[in-house]
Amino acid sequence: MFLDLTDDQLALRDGIRALLDGRFGPDRIRHGFDRAMFAELADAGVFSLIADGFAWADAVVVFEQLGEFCIPGPLVASFLAADGRITAAIDAGAAPVIEHLDLLDRLVVLDGAVREVDLAQLDATPLDWPLDPLTPVWRSAAVIETGALPGADVDAWQRRGAVLTAAFCLGMSQRLVDTSVTYAAERRQFDRPIGGFQAIKHLLADMAVRSEVARAAVYSAGAHLDADELPGLARSVSVAKALAGEAAIRNGKDATQVHGGMGFTWEVDVHLYLKRAWVLDTQFGSAEHHYDLAAASLTSGS
Amino acid sequence: MELRYSESDEAFRARLADWLAAELPKLPALPAREDWSARRRYDTDWQKRLFEGGYAGLNWPKAYGGADASPTEQLIFFEETTKAKAPYVGVNFVGTLHAGPTLVEEGSDEQKAAHLPKILAGDEVWCQGFSEPNAGSDLASLRTRAERDGDDSVLNGQKIWCSFGHIADVGEFLVRTDPDAPKNRGISWLVLPMDLPGIEIRPIKTVLGSSEFCEVFLTDVRVPVANRVGAENDGWRVTNVTLKYERGTAFVSELIDSLRLCEDLAPLVHDPVARRELGRSLADFEGLWALTKRNVSQASRGVPGRGAMMIKLAYSEARQRFGELCLRVLERDALSIEGNELVEERLRTLALPIAAGASQIQRNIISERVLGLPREPR
Ligand SMILES: Cc1cc2nc3c(=O)[nH]c(=O)nc-3n(C[C@H](O)[C@H](O)[C@H](O)COP(=O)(O)OP(=O)(O)OC[C@H]3O[C@@H](n4cnc5c(N)ncnc54)[C@H](O)[C@@H]3O)c2cc1C
Repeated sequence: MFLDLTDDQLALRDGIRALLDGRFGPDRIRHGFDRAMFAELADAGVFSLIADGFAWADAVVVFEQLGEFCIPGPLVASFLAADGRITAAIDAGAAPVIEHLDLLDRLVVLDGAVREVDLAQLDATPLDWPLDPLTPVWRSAAVIETGALPGADVDAWQRRGAVLTAAFCLGMSQRLVDTSVTYAAERRQFDRPIGGFQAIKHLLADMAVRSEVARAAVYSAGAHLDADELPGLARSVSVAKALAGEAAIRNGKDATQVHGGMGFTWEVDVHLYLKRAWVLDTQFGSAEHHYDLAAASLTSGS
Repeated sequence: MELRYSESDEAFRARLADWLAAELPKLPALPAREDWSARRRYDTDWQKRLFEGGYAGLNWPKAYGGADASPTEQLIFFEETTKAKAPYVGVNFVGTLHAGPTLVEEGSDEQKAAHLPKILAGDEVWCQGFSEPNAGSDLASLRTRAERDGDDSVLNGQKIWCSFGHIADVGEFLVRTDPDAPKNRGISWLVLPMDLPGIEIRPIKTVLGSSEFCEVFLTDVRVPVANRVGAENDGWRVTNVTLKYERGTAFVSELIDSLRLCEDLAPLVHDPVARRELGRSLADFEGLWALTKRNVSQASRGVPGRGAMMIKLAYSEARQRFGELCLRVLERDALSIEGNELVEERLRTLALPIAAGASQIQRNIISERVLGLPREPR
């Protein structure tokens, strides 16, 4: 039993981190997702990890870093499709609001199967003012499914999608801790750093704890994906998605508070993280949905 | 990342499970709640069985009679004993989990020889005399005086919240040996036999209506200077060794037990809102269980995890939320405690965010030691 990063995983983490730090800084991120970004990530091997022999736990390490940098785009579904086509997924029963439609090669609905949608038949209109400025969205009157994606197991998509999304949220929640701590150490009021006020210290401590618990849950779920013969897989997936999703949202809210008026500005990145966290709560099951699944696992024994 | 346990860990688990299956049926009947001498007998009897089975002092070095078990084996021990509903460490808490380990690190050879074997064998029960009426969170401001008189120290003062003080043989006590030094420089850590003349112990009734902690009054108590552990006035450093152990693995069994309580509550929950909250509590506990495993993984590589100091804070909060849920689910069935474990636990766990460092203090520590923010006035 070893629930921490191995030396190889540390190297993987540092590698992807260096790449993102060098080429995917805040200015570029603010221009949003595009094909060049997708191609660059693909060239770096981000979408072909599994084919290249890496484990799901390794993919978790990479998605945590993508989250730290708030990389935009339908990354998780494209990763799951793993065929070089930009793919987005929506949950069954969700409103037909589609992200990044202008760049999509494929859209799937997770509805008892991984069902492909006929993009040519979509009658979609762009929505003017997306909640997350880096996640442009379209609304479609109807979504016409054409058939199941060959070879795609919907349960596996749900599980893996939830865990990778959770890993992304974990990374966001950690970055929110770090930027808030930095700000609290620099910003002075009443002749001292606001990070010296206990009310702020305690907010930051709670943020750090949330992120640390989420990290353990996400790593555990990642390891479960690689050992799916062990009991507790479904529960660990739900726990990871719910805890990491909530950690990102609540840390986004607390980070806004720590930043004061600056936290309400477009200029500071905090809102980009919080908004993305809200977007991701609508994918691969919301926190509430996963709490319900976790509760159900108590009586069903999964 | 790897969830599977190694073959040798699984072998340890299997041996332990066999041993528990053979040993647990031999336990005497549970003592009455307020019969403290019977409770002491019950808990020390269990300690003796652990000792004879080779499971006492798991985290202690072999040289002192311990098992020198790996962090993972200790985790397995907590897991298996809790699942098998083996007795909790009970009155052996202070001796086995923090006073003993403190002596291992800081005690003289004589002190080790005098106490460690007895603690392991369940022959000596310890209590902790740290807190005072005016020194709680600000422990270093303690005032119980120790004045040197020949080979003795003479103690005067008052301690409070001393768990199991009324049934303990000895205590780890903090006393002020230099009233003129800055407050954390004039403290000494000593071993106090609880039957010395001048010690008066008065149990305090808790919210459970029971009395597991006590006030301890010290009037001209003479204790040999040789009972001091560590150098004179160096007791604050020794105290931090003790606290490190006290706050270490203390919550692992509770956490595992909380997962079981979620299972117990599940069939009683029908309302969808309450079911969702049960799922949330379960996620809280599962997340902390994963964090515990991550800490153990880091410890086995010699890296002190930042998670260790977070578990107590997060667990206290998660457990409060779960306790509230229990009461709401039970509704008027919660109005009697007798035979109602979920209600009794709700009351007992009110102490979690207070005992062994209040949650506010934990947040101070995390924000200062983990996040590097400015320190509180001290
Ligand atoms: C069940 C139980 C068993 C115990 N057993 C023992 C024992 O065996 N031996 C022993 O020595 N002690 C024991 N204690 C005592 C325990 O360690 C203290 O209760 C604890 O350290 C808090 O001290 P206090 O009760 O004096 O509260 P106080 O220190 O008076 O705190 C009261 C409130 O003020 C807050 N506060 C205090 N200082 C600060 C600050 N700097 N910043 C923000 N908030 C602050 C606290 O968080 C708390 O909410 C036990 C306590 C309990 C509940």
